[in-house]
Amino acid sequence: MHNVGASVRRGGGYGRVTGHQEYVADIKLNDVLYVKLITLDVARARILSIDTSEAEKVPGVAFVFTPDDLPKPMPRFGPQFQDRPILADGETKYHGEPVAAVAAESKDAAEEAAVRVKIQYEELPNGVFSVAAALAPDAVLVQDPSIRPAGDPLAHTNVISEKHFGWGDIEELAEESDLVVEDNYRFPMVTHFAIEPHGFMAVPEDGGVAIWSTIQHPYLLQKMMAKMLEMPLSKVRVHAPDPGGGFGGKQIPKYEPLVTYMALKAGRPCRLVLSLDETFQLVRRSSAEIRVRIGFDSEGYLKFQDIETNFLVGAYVDIADRVVGKSSYSAAGPYRVPAVKIIGRTIVSHTMPSTAFRGFGIPQISWARESLIDEAALRLGIDRLEIRLRNLARLGDEFIPLERADGDWEQTVRTAAKRIGWGDPLEPNRGRGIAVGLKSGPTTGLSYSTVRLLFDGSAIIYAGTSDMGQGARTIFAQIGADELGVELDQVRVVMGDTAMVPFDQQTSASRSSVLMGTAVHRACQDIQHKVTAMAANLYGIDEEAIKVEGGVLALRDREVSLIQVVQEALAPLGGEVIGNGEMRKNKDPNHPLGGTAAFFEFNCTASEVEVDTETGHVTLIKHVTVGDVGRSLNPLQVKSQDDGAAIQGLGHTLMEHYIFDDAGRVRNIGAIDYRILTSMDLPLELHSESTENADGPGPYGIKGVSEGSLLVTAPAVGAAIREATGVVIRDLPMTPQRVWEAMQEEKK
Amino acid sequence: MSDTITIEATINGRPRTLEVAPNHTLLEVLRDEIDLTGTKECCVVGECGACTVIVDGRAMNSCLMLAVEIDGADVLTVEGLETEDGLSPLQDAFLEDGAAQCGFCIPGQLMAATALLMHNPNPTVEEVQEGLAGNLCRCAGYEQITRAVLDAAKEALDA
Repeated sequence: MHNVGASVRRGGGYGRVTGHQEYVADIKLNDVLYVKLITLDVARARILSIDTSEAEKVPGVAFVFTPDDLPKPMPRFGPQFQDRPILADGETKYHGEPVAAVAAESKDAAEEAAVRVKIQYEELPNGVFSVAAALAPDAVLVQDPSIRPAGDPLAHTNVISEKHFGWGDIEELAEESDLVVEDNYRFPMVTHFAIEPHGFMAVPEDGGVAIWSTIQHPYLLQKMMAKMLEMPLSKVRVHAPDPGGGFGGKQIPKYEPLVTYMALKAGRPCRLVLSLDETFQLVRRSSAEIRVRIGFDSEGYLKFQDIETNFLVGAYVDIADRVVGKSSYSAAGPYRVPAVKIIGRTIVSHTMPSTAFRGFGIPQISWARESLIDEAALRLGIDRLEIRLRNLARLGDEFIPLERADGDWEQTVRTAAKRIGWGDPLEPNRGRGIAVGLKSGPTTGLSYSTVRLLFDGSAIIYAGTSDMGQGARTIFAQIGADELGVELDQVRVVMGDTAMVPFDQQTSASRSSVLMGTAVHRACQDIQHKVTAMAANLYGIDEEAIKVEGGVLALRDREVSLIQVVQEALAPLGGEVIGNGEMRKNKDPNHPLGGTAAFFEFNCTASEVEVDTETGHVTLIKHVTVGDVGRSLNPLQVKSQDDGAAIQGLGHTLMEHYIFDDAGRVRNIGAIDYRILTSMDLPLELHSESTENADGPGPYGIKGVSEGSLLVTAPAVGAAIREATGVVIRDLPMTPQRVWEAMQEEKK
Repeated sequence: MSDTITIEATINGRPRTLEVAPNHTLLEVLRDEIDLTGTKECCVVGECGACTVIVDGRAMNSCLMLAVEIDGADVLTVEGLETEDGLSPLQDAFLEDGAAQCGFCIPGQLMAATALLMHNPNPTVEEVQEGLAGNLCRCAGYEQITRAVLDAAKEALDA
C-alpha cells in the first residue's frame, strides 16, 4: 500500500498538459453537419411563424429543423418531470430557448443561415421573473397545466411542489425562547461557467444511435434516449469523454435529443458545440429567497428553527425540484435543534431552467441560516464561534430524523478557528467570520466496476464515472494499484462509453470516490479471491490458509504476489483475471428523501477580510476551509478541489450574478460582463484543510469531497464584512457597490 | 463562402503553407483546418485565455487574431511544448503540482506561462498572477498553477 493516501500525479494528466486530451469538441466525425441554434432576443413570446426559405438558400445548408420535424405532440423530457420540450413548443418560456436549428456543411454556413431564418413572434406580457411575481394570485402560469403530472393539486399555480419537513412544536418553543430573530435573505442566479462549453454530437448507426456529449451522467442520457426513441439500451451508445469542468451543469441531458433527432433526419452525424454565451442560457443555479426565524435561550442554545425557502427554478424543472427537497431537508444545519419547521418551494419562472450546481441548494440556505445565527450571537453577547460549538451535533446524534452526525464536527470547527486566528486582535477595517454547513451525500447509488488483471502484471479498470476534474481516474487507479500490487503507471482507467463500461448511476453529490470507489475496491477483491483459489490449487493448500493483503498472498511459509500466481497458473497461454464489483445503496421508501445520506460533507469556513471604506472593495486577507473527508486518498487532489470550491464560492459571494432587464432578458451574457474570479482576485492566504478520522463509508474510511468548501463561503465572508464595517448585507453578491451603499446607509 | 488567401507560417517548428478564409480566426484554422485541437475554444471574445498561443514570442488570444495575420509568423501551440526530451519543465511542473484538474484551460495557461517565462525567467508570485490574469480557470486551480510556474522557473534557473 503506497499509492492510497499519496499525492500521486493525476490520471489523464499527460493528455491535459499536452493538448492530446480529447474533449467532445475535439472529436471529428466524418461527413458531419454543423448545427446552429436559433433563439429570440425576448423571454416570453408566442411564435407565430417560422420562415426557413431564405436560410435554405444559403449554400451548404442541409435543412432547417423546426418543431414540424418532431413527433406530435412535442416530445418532452426531464429527470423529474417530462416538461422540457426539444424545441420551444409554440411559445418561448425564457430568453434563449431554442426555436429552431440549422444544419449545414460548415460552421460558417450554419451561422449565416441562422440569421436568415425569419421568425414572427409576439412578445407576451406579464412574464414571471421573480418569486413575488410567480406567487401573485393573478400570475401567468409558466407551465401549461396539461404538462403537469396528472392530479397535481398545484397544476394551476407556478409552484411545482411544496415540501414540508420538521419535528417538534416550534410555536411552543418560540414561547420558551429568550431571543427570536428573523430575516429574509436572497441568493442570486449564477452560472456554472465551465471553461468547456457544452457539446453534443449524434450519428445514426446500425439500427440505433451513437451520441457524444459533455454529460456527467452518460447512463441517464442513454436511458432517456432509449425511451424517447423506443430503442433498446444496447442500441444507444453514449460516448462521454472527460468533461472540461461540470460543477453540476452537465449532469442532465439538454440538447442531446435535438441533435439526435436532427441526425436521424439527416442520416448523417450532427454536431452542436455551444459558445460560452449559449451556456449562459442553458445552465444556472437556482436563485432563492429564504426566510429564517430562529429561537435561542439566553445561553445561546437553539430552541427552534423556522425556515421557508423559495427557489426560483426557471421554465422547466430539470433536477431543481430535487435541489429544493434535498437542501431543504437539512436546512437547519449541523445542529441539535429541539424543533424545526421547514417549507421548501420549487417555483417556476420565465427564466432559463436551473439545474444542479455544486452544493445543490445548500449555499443558498446556509447563507440565510448562518447569517442569522450571527445576528443572534451578537444580540446575546455570545461569541460567534462559541454559539456554533454549543449547538453543533456530536458524532452519532440523530440531528435530523433518520440522519446521524457522521464525524467529529467540533474538531473540524476548532481547526478552522485556530487557523484563522479566531479571537486575535484585528487591524482597522478588518473583520472575521466563521460559518458551518453540511450537505448530504448521495441518498441512493448504483455503481458497477470491472477490473482486469492482465498477464503481464498491468491492469485495466472500467468505471462509468465521469472525470470532470475531480480526479476520479486517479483515485480508482490508486485503489487498483494497491489492491492488486500493480505499478500505478501500469493501470489504465476506462470511462465514458456506455457500450464498453458497466453501468454507473451518475457522477454527482461527491459520490464517486465512495460509491464507485467501493465498486472498484470490490472488483479488486473479486480478483484477489480468484487468485487465492488459483494459488490454493497451484500449491495444493487450503484457500482458508491463504491471507491476502493488497497485491500479496501470504502462504504459510512465504509470500507470493498476485501477479506471480496469475503468471504461474495461466501459463503458457496467458490470459487474465477479471473481477467485478458492485455498490448498491437502495431506495428507502420510509425516508423523505428516498434514502439516508451515504455521508455528509461537513465544512467549516472562516474568513478574514479588509474593507476599503472609500470604495467598498473587499480584500480577503485570509480564507480557511476545513472539511471532514474521512480520509484523503490523494491529498493534493483534495486540496485542489477544496481550494477551487472556495474560490468558486467567493464568486457568488462577491461578484457573480445574472442581470435581467424588465422584459426578462439577460443583460450580462458572456465573459466580459459576467465576472468570475481570476488569479488577481484570490485571497491573500487560502488554506484548505481536511479532518481525517477514517470514519467514512467508502474504502479506507473515506467520505465524499469537492463541494464542502463552497457551502458556507458567503455567510463566513458576510460575517467578516459585518465585523469590519458594522453593516449587514442580506443580498448576494456583496459587490463593492452594495457594500459601499450599505456603509453610506449606516452612516445616516 | 469566400475566396481563400494563401499564407505561410511556421507552426510548432514546422513550415506550413495554408489556404485560409479571410474571415477565419487563427483559433478556427488551428482547430478546424490543421487539427491542432489542443488550443481550446471558450469565450471567443478574448476574455478567458483558453485559446492562448504564442505568436512570434508573444502570448496571443488566437480567437482575436485572424489567421491571415500569422503570414510569415512563428506560432507555438500547446502541441509544440513537448520535445524529444519529453515534457517541458512547465508541463512537468503542472503535473507535479496538480495544476491540471479538468484540464480545459490548461493549454492556454501553459502558453501564457511559457510566454511569461520567456520574458521574465524569474517572476514573483504577483508577476505570475498578473501574467496569467487573462486565463480563467473555473476549477480555480490558481494556487496550483501559480506554484507550478514558480517551480518551473526555479528549476530552469537552478539547472
